[in-house]
Amino acid sequence: MATIEINGKVVEARDGAMLIEAAAEAGFAIPHFCYHRKLTIAASCRMCLVEVEKAPKPLPACATPVSDGMKVQTRSPKALAAQKAVMEFLLINHPLDCPICDQGGECDLQELAVGYGGDVTRFAEGKRVVGDPDLGPLIATEMTRCIHCTRCVRFIAEIAGTRELGAPGRGEHMHITSWLGGQVGSELSGNVIDLCPVGALTSKPFRFRARAWELNARPAVAMHDGLGANLWFDTLRGQVLRARPRDNEAVNECWLSDRDRFACAGLHSDDRLRQPLLRDRNGWREAGWDEALPRAAQLLRNIVDNRGGEQLAALAAPSQSAEEYYLLQKLLRALGSPHIEHRLRQGCFTAQEAMPLMPGLGMAPEALQAGDAFLMVGCHLRKEQPLLNHRVRQAVLNGAAAMAINPVVWPSNYPLAAEQTVAPSRLAGALAEVAQALAGGEAGGEAAAMAERLRDAEQPLILVGAVAQMGEYLGAILAQAMQVAEACGGRVAFLPEGGNSAAAWLAGAVPHRGVAGSHAPTVGKHLRQLYAEPVAGLLLLGIEPERDSLDPAAMARLLEAAEGVVALAAYDSPLLREHADVILPLATWAESAGTQINHAGLWQSYRGAVAAPGEARPGWKVLRVLGNLLDLDGFDFNAADEVLAELRAAVDRQGAFAPTPWPAVALPDAPASVEAVAALSPYSVDAMVRRSPPLQAASDAPQPCCRVHPALAERLGRPQRVRVGDGAASAVLALEIDERVADGCIVVPTAIAETALLGALTGAISVEQAA
Amino acid sequence: MANDVCFRLNHLDRSWALAVYRDQHGYEVLEQVLREQRDPARLIDELKTSALRGRGGAGFPTGLKWSFMQRGAPGQKYIVCNADEGEPGTCKDRDIMRYNPHQLIEGMALAGYVIGATRGYVYLRGEFWEPYERLQGAIEEARAAGLLGSNLLGSGFDFDLDIHLGAGAYICGEETALLESIEGKKGQPRYKPPFPASYGLYGRPTTINNVETLASVPEIIRHGGQWFLELGKPNNGGTKIFSVSGHVERPGNYEVPLGTPFAELLEMAGGVLGGRRLKAVIPGGSSTPVVPGERMMEVTMDYDGIAKAGSMLGAGSVIVIDETVCMVRLLARLSHFYYEESCGQCTPCREGTGWLARVVHRIEHGQGRAEDLDLLDSVAGNIGGRTICALGDAAAMPVQSFLKHFRDEFEYHIEHGRCMVGATPAHG
Repeated sequence: MATIEINGKVVEARDGAMLIEAAAEAGFAIPHFCYHRKLTIAASCRMCLVEVEKAPKPLPACATPVSDGMKVQTRSPKALAAQKAVMEFLLINHPLDCPICDQGGECDLQELAVGYGGDVTRFAEGKRVVGDPDLGPLIATEMTRCIHCTRCVRFIAEIAGTRELGAPGRGEHMHITSWLGGQVGSELSGNVIDLCPVGALTSKPFRFRARAWELNARPAVAMHDGLGANLWFDTLRGQVLRARPRDNEAVNECWLSDRDRFACAGLHSDDRLRQPLLRDRNGWREAGWDEALPRAAQLLRNIVDNRGGEQLAALAAPSQSAEEYYLLQKLLRALGSPHIEHRLRQGCFTAQEAMPLMPGLGMAPEALQAGDAFLMVGCHLRKEQPLLNHRVRQAVLNGAAAMAINPVVWPSNYPLAAEQTVAPSRLAGALAEVAQALAGGEAGGEAAAMAERLRDAEQPLILVGAVAQMGEYLGAILAQAMQVAEACGGRVAFLPEGGNSAAAWLAGAVPHRGVAGSHAPTVGKHLRQLYAEPVAGLLLLGIEPERDSLDPAAMARLLEAAEGVVALAAYDSPLLREHADVILPLATWAESAGTQINHAGLWQSYRGAVAAPGEARPGWKVLRVLGNLLDLDGFDFNAADEVLAELRAAVDRQGAFAPTPWPAVALPDAPASVEAVAALSPYSVDAMVRRSPPLQAASDAPQPCCRVHPALAERLGRPQRVRVGDGAASAVLALEIDERVADGCIVVPTAIAETALLGALTGAISVEQAA
Repeated sequence: MANDVCFRLNHLDRSWALAVYRDQHGYEVLEQVLREQRDPARLIDELKTSALRGRGGAGFPTGLKWSFMQRGAPGQKYIVCNADEGEPGTCKDRDIMRYNPHQLIEGMALAGYVIGATRGYVYLRGEFWEPYERLQGAIEEARAAGLLGSNLLGSGFDFDLDIHLGAGAYICGEETALLESIEGKKGQPRYKPPFPASYGLYGRPTTINNVETLASVPEIIRHGGQWFLELGKPNNGGTKIFSVSGHVERPGNYEVPLGTPFAELLEMAGGVLGGRRLKAVIPGGSSTPVVPGERMMEVTMDYDGIAKAGSMLGAGSVIVIDETVCMVRLLARLSHFYYEESCGQCTPCREGTGWLARVVHRIEHGQGRAEDLDLLDSVAGNIGGRTICALGDAAAMPVQSFLKHFRDEFEYHIEHGRCMVGATPAHG
């Protein structure tokens, strides 16, 4: 520790701390623009110049390390003169357009100008004008306002890791622009909007919709990936207008992924359901809750009474609240049905008994940063879990080894120490080779290299992701991943898609386990079994059946086979209209209280930021009333908190959980024909994201085309378009040749209309040239 | 008493050839130092005795600078030669590389030996094609002769050298911008600390010296620090090359002992062009404050002598200005230069240089306002001392010194909308 004096106050400061941090801790705010605690120091705005005893010139507080005995004046005449001079320089070329600037009211320059700016300008020359690059559908630019702090450039280089922004030009000609004028494609790009201290970079979807001071900030937890990023929903007149990060070092730091930031635009989609819908002889009609709820209850009751509880099943999307999962499974089990499923994009269930209590990291996201070896298997971490990937990236920059075994070489924003590109059916085999190499056996170059890095590491972590989850080989992959982990003393983290899958597992929304992993008296049918042996009644929670299933065709058949379908849904859907009997409008997580349990096992509760549109209601309330109407015990909750308390008590009661040992799963055979790889765009994962116009216009939005390796393209005759699938269940899509795809595979987009009729995109698929 | 150190071969035919340099005791010092495995600390002492100060402009004592390097510390270290020579008014390094490139190479090898660097870079001004060819030729000759490369003369000491051509940015003469440029980045100065001696090229300890500084080292070691010191005067050891330009009869480079009176230097350059009256001198390159002619005639050409006259020796670029020059126009030209060459990184320089240049331009074109002169002084004062590197000061100093010494010319411009020089007889 160093003892220093700031403005006459004696302060203890951490060795190596910069003056600006020490001063902030002591309660002295030093004005600044370029400094940001998460970015490297530029010391270029010069706004934080302070007077340091014995220094001939004022020094930038952001770049001056504390030293024992230092005496600092942050507001002496000399310091203030320097700060005011810098403010004058910043303002001479800055437009006086605050009234029409979207940053107005939350602008660092505007705020500090009040304290440090002059009343009258001395600058009588013409002001600089700068052209605006098009950075894409998310970030609006007004570069004449730029004060060249380079926070955006440093963020994109240091945190996003893509170096898509730069500052070419010298002197006054220096300007911020994108690499070759292209759009910024980073999945974290929106953070530059928060970082920009002026109105140069603003939110394109949000701008001109409200003034900062009109907004109410409501805390929320993002539900698009397993991190549960903390955010603020800024609301006005009952509408969510934008999302901003809410600082939480343990979760998302001060960042948000673009998905978490811009998904809220999907809340206002035209096809939101606002009124309960009932199917009559004449088709659909709107109804009141007082009519719809008894009808739904009666429908469920009839199935149970006439066909037995076993003939009822519930399906939930993987991004519902813990409370909803808990009540859903409670309702189903009380009605005598064990068939509760949320793993709608999972392709294989063979090892489900060996799964841990809930999937996830089993450690804090921060701990990832201290990791030393990561092996990603069937995992496009960067797009699946953007902010976990950021933690891994930081670890790699600190010397950790990141490795990947994937069916596609996805562009990484950090170097990979070893990489294998194999078909999904070969993922488990590639892992087996690594395990073999770890056991001292012979192995190929990359497998040996992977084994070496894993062996040398103290905390090797094997990340199995959504790409593995979506295939029929998941059981084999997980079993082999466990072998590798055992051989190198590491751990396996299974990171399925969905914003709240951990909560679903924990709350018992799986067919083979009760709450908190408790023994299920009857093991229910998992999704594939339901597809094979449909039931008479279905209760759907938050599902858009066309898009939320790995196999929309099978899902459609399941719905068709059911005699009665009750759907709680936030968005309208043709398949629901076709097959459901009652559709109850559902509030999204942004509009209701709930709890997210993230991949680190952290429980994060939130309140609704706004009321749901129309008559839409939170799922927990609907399920609670259904419980009452069905005369079930234990449904007398008055608040979401009470539901959560019951879940928590059940979890506490359950104590330690011991899964069954991993079964020996035989290595799968590669299919004889072309093998499908399901490509789930990060902006296709849930109904809200799919309806966010800015995200659907972004570069990561789903593209209706297939991709194959040049060698396979050659074998197929290099067609422009291909027909994938068989007969009626086929689709014609453009073909792109991409050498990053494993040979023998075809990458087919899932969760888009064009491929909805295809079966599960895993295993063999027929591909032929199309006209 | 001239051309004793860096220009000592200039009178010889093909002085840049290895054979000629060898003939003039070239590389003897390096061979001796390597053969005897001389103690680097003793060599630094010799430099300290010589009072050699950095010839690039800042005048930092070279011996002291080299002593900052942790010679024994593990890992790569670098010696970098700043041959960017971008300061308007200077052209001395160009001639060292044209006529005596081997002495620079020997100096860099010695520097490498002392600071423990096995790798050197010469950051050479991109427009200097002939000096590049001469230096590149000399490097290849030295390499072929075993004077560069690995295990030099069987001593176990490795040292090699490469040239990196600049691309025309003045700021890349600033040593940390120069390092960025070698690394392939945009040439922008780094914030110091850390200084290059601890975090330099590619993050490794690095010493950066000017061409003339490094080329002086072999002669200092050969003749001893005392010899060099006595060439000049206390605290101002050795000779210095002055690039005399502007209104003189014989512009050019003159290597003379430090402490030579300006009047003598002016005489060597043939006096003021056409016998006209000396109006002013910018003694150290365009960034140093201007000194009125009469005052300059009393000055001795050394670090301390020029400092006493309120300016700086800088890179020794003496710009002689006669009575026909409009000081407003001259300042407009200088201010435009700094406006164009500011890297744009930090606020006062990026915004301030453009402001200064526009106001001076306005005054020059008859659009001046009464309040402009105080404004200029204030804006220059707001830039100086508040920027990451010295370019801010370099832009501010001419403005402040021109206003201090020639305010009447600026006032005349503002009042009459035209130039005092030539238009009307000089008053006063």
